[in-house]
Amino acid sequence: MLSIKNLYANVGDKPILKGITLQVKAGEVHAIMGPNGSGKSTLANVLAGRDDYRVTAGEITFNGKDLLPLAPEVRACEGIFLAFQYPVEIPGVSNVNMLKASVNAIRRYRGDKELDAIDFLALIKDKARTVEMKQEFLYRSVNEGFSGGEKKRNEILQMAMLEPRLGILDETDSGLDIDALRVVAGGVNALRNPDRAFVLVTHYQRLLDYIQPDFVHVLADGRIIRSGDKSLALELEDKGYGWIEQERSVEARI
Amino acid sequence: MGTSAEEINGLVGREYKEGFVTDIASDTLPPGLDETVIETISAHKQEPQWMLDRRLEAYHNWQQMTLPEWAHVDYKPIDFQEISYFSAPKSSKDKLQSLDEVDPKLLETYKKLGIPLEEQKMLAGVAVDAVFDSVSVATTFKQTLFDAGVIFCPMSEALREHPELVQRYLGSVVPSGDNFYAALNSAVFSDGSFVYVPKGVRCPMELSTYFRINASNTGQFERTLIVADEGSYVSYLEGCSAPQRDENQLHAAVVELVALKGAEIKYSTVQNWYPGDEEGRGGIYNFVTKRGICHEAAKISWTQVETGSAITWKYPSVVLQGDRSVGEFYSVALTNNLQQADTGTKMIHIGSNTRSTIISKGISAGRAQNTYRGQVKVLAKAQNTRNYSQCDSLLLGDRCGAHTFPYIEVQNPTAQVEHEATTSRIGEDQLFYLRQRGLAEEDAVSLIVNGFCKEVFKELPMEFAVEAQALLGISLEGAVG
Repeated sequence: MLSIKNLYANVGDKPILKGITLQVKAGEVHAIMGPNGSGKSTLANVLAGRDDYRVTAGEITFNGKDLLPLAPEVRACEGIFLAFQYPVEIPGVSNVNMLKASVNAIRRYRGDKELDAIDFLALIKDKARTVEMKQEFLYRSVNEGFSGGEKKRNEILQMAMLEPRLGILDETDSGLDIDALRVVAGGVNALRNPDRAFVLVTHYQRLLDYIQPDFVHVLADGRIIRSGDKSLALELEDKGYGWIEQERSVEARI
Repeated sequence: MGTSAEEINGLVGREYKEGFVTDIASDTLPPGLDETVIETISAHKQEPQWMLDRRLEAYHNWQQMTLPEWAHVDYKPIDFQEISYFSAPKSSKDKLQSLDEVDPKLLETYKKLGIPLEEQKMLAGVAVDAVFDSVSVATTFKQTLFDAGVIFCPMSEALREHPELVQRYLGSVVPSGDNFYAALNSAVFSDGSFVYVPKGVRCPMELSTYFRINASNTGQFERTLIVADEGSYVSYLEGCSAPQRDENQLHAAVVELVALKGAEIKYSTVQNWYPGDEEGRGGIYNFVTKRGICHEAAKISWTQVETGSAITWKYPSVVLQGDRSVGEFYSVALTNNLQQADTGTKMIHIGSNTRSTIISKGISAGRAQNTYRGQVKVLAKAQNTRNYSQCDSLLLGDRCGAHTFPYIEVQNPTAQVEHEATTSRIGEDQLFYLRQRGLAEEDAVSLIVNGFCKEVFKELPMEFAVEAQALLGISLEGAVG
């Protein structure tokens, strides 16, 4: 589904990603871990096509299509969803309004009939229940005055509504209490199916207690320095990131 | 920037080729302004003598006045002798015969606004069939109003049919010497609407210039007067949300509202006149004086969505004369490319326990300049008055400007006056967030701007709100990227 080959990217003029290669197949869940500043969020933003994130070398294909020339909205329509680390507030625009515009933009792109107000409301109310979001939140301005946990739940609601093929969660777990984390993870797990893949960018192993990943990758200084299964995450939790870095420098000296 | 007088003249000049004097059917006076022109206008409209006297008095006032220069707008001086002051509705033979003759750009806009074909024809000034639906609509409309006792007719007709009402109230809120453009309007006004709602009557429908077909070709100097008698209610919608065909013209209207004891007037405007092109060539100069007076416990509410015109100079105001009266002003002013807007309101608190609310949303894009100018004045005898003002500005891009000039003058210590102002830029973060959710950049901007204007849009009647939203989207096309 997603194929990243030898990807280099700058934020502004600063090189952040320095040769990432990663294959994600449909149905898989990949966790990307690593210390602060290792490039995890940069990778998530590059995949979504954010402006200031400039790819300098390498390639990304998504379902066989070259992703790099596509505008962010086209990537979204192709099925890439990014749950933001810091969801943005949009005063005066209700959740319902924004999501109706989004859902129908994506449906138009896919050649599906747009949902009318009645069908749309039924759908969003149903999805809101799955993330334990009160209906009143649907009519409030997007993320305005939401608590950290509510914002993250709102991201998962949006993901459930837009039914992406690839869901990228950028540190969705950070700053969440245990109840919110459970709800967020529940939302992701409910969306797991053989046609959909997830990339979870996270700093902590904790999220992976709730969402079982198929693969864990450790990112440091813009490169994937180790890949493994879930046990790698546990080992990291135990020994810290320093452990891998030390091993690498030992290897380098030998 | 802006239009030169030559350009205005060039256009007007084309119009008057046939000349009023030699060919009455074309109904356009040659350019220039003197007493004879005013006498001609008045005579053409078969006005009573007192009206002509007032026009001449206004003209003499105007001659003593100088062009106001305090507004934050920049344009070349207008030569008032190069403008033609009268151009009556043309006969149908002068109209375009089919939509094929209309500027395709204009039709594109109509289509985006979802205006039905027959209405498109009317808006574009295409001759319409006698069997056209709107004719019958207008007739039913008139009957319903007649049954309720509401008078709704062109000002020129009101001068003939209801002279006592017009004589009593015309100029009572905006006297002819009020300001330069109001004086000019008082001297040469062509036509406009007159509304009278009798005591205790709730006007059975929203009144709109749109339905008064004969107003669709009203000239540059409109004069509107709305009188709501004691305990009555009326909602009036002004303007159509489509650009007018006429370009490069000076538009100096005066609107007067009189809300007698316990009456309520709601006046909504969606203004989308030709704003000029991307380089600031052409466009309407919109210099408008709008004011209402509230008697005891009366309420006047102005709501305006201003997206058109090269220059907008407009301050719909409320004189809160009676105790417990209420004034409201809700405004969205959007400027793009080289448009300039200097708009706001005046709330004059004379009566005690009077309240006023000002919500102003300015949006600037391109190289446009957008100014809020508002005055809140509390006179010494006005006890326990309250005002709340909120002025928010939104900038798109880094070449436009937003300015806020609030004037607050309080002469009574019991007054509570609050003013809040914010300026923000559409964030890259917001745009990326919405684009990541599948929205094209222009749709994302439109959504954000509509959200910004929500507090004002909710004051508009339903159909108007929908049109206003669509209009903002269209006006902002090309504003990003």
